[in-house]
Amino acid sequence: MKISTRYADGKLCISLQGELDHHSARQAMSGIAEAIDATLPRQVLLDMSKLSFMDSSGIAVILKADRRLKENGGRLFIDCPKSQPLKVIEAAGVDRVVDIICKREVTT
Amino acid sequence: MTITNYIKLEFPSYSANESFARAAAAGFAAQLDPTLEELGDIKTAVSEAVTNCIVHAYPDSIGKITMRLRILEGEKLEITVRDWGRGIQDLEKAMQPMYTTGGEERSGMGFTIMESFMDKLKVKTHVQKGTSVTMLRTIKQRRGRR
Repeated sequence: MKISTRYADGKLCISLQGELDHHSARQAMSGIAEAIDATLPRQVLLDMSKLSFMDSSGIAVILKADRRLKENGGRLFIDCPKSQPLKVIEAAGVDRVVDIICKREVTT
Repeated sequence: MTITNYIKLEFPSYSANESFARAAAAGFAAQLDPTLEELGDIKTAVSEAVTNCIVHAYPDSIGKITMRLRILEGEKLEITVRDWGRGIQDLEKAMQPMYTTGGEERSGMGFTIMESFMDKLKVKTHVQKGTSVTMLRTIKQRRGRR
């Protein structure tokens, strides 16, 4: 799995590419934590448009990122998940905790 | 019960084998001509079952995992993932959503997702002997498919 980040004006975009499972979760968690700690953003957009597969390991990654941001007064958004990751997110009820959007820009 | 086709795979509990297991399951299931959503459900459930073996059955060692897939009469796909590890002390608790003994890297949603993505889920476990998870999913026939 590949992680890339982009930061501007207090907003951090983290793009996940490939498959997010238990094997890749630790790498994803540390990559996301490093990016958040380095920029202390107000908003994080987790771009999942290029994530082809995710299991419940991805739920732990999302919830950990959400907790880390909330501790610093930030907010997490999930951007454009494909249907399989979205189904896992909904089955786990994470859509009730984290907003899912399908836009490139966070406007709030 | 008529079995029309089957495969059985054995692999060590390396986390790199998670993607192999779900790709193999999807490859075998393809002969039932599933939709992309059905295929995604099968891959997700297999990934959860195999990850449970790696994280919970063999937390400090590498052990044996087998995965058997059978096509049963009526377009049913049966998946059994088995390990010979620790077993589950309290199965009822383990199957509750958000319950995990796997630390902050786990969400505790594995069994919940297996249950909601498959039609049936059966878990047999014996402490210090291992666990087997059997899942059943009927692949819906689409008009004009065959």
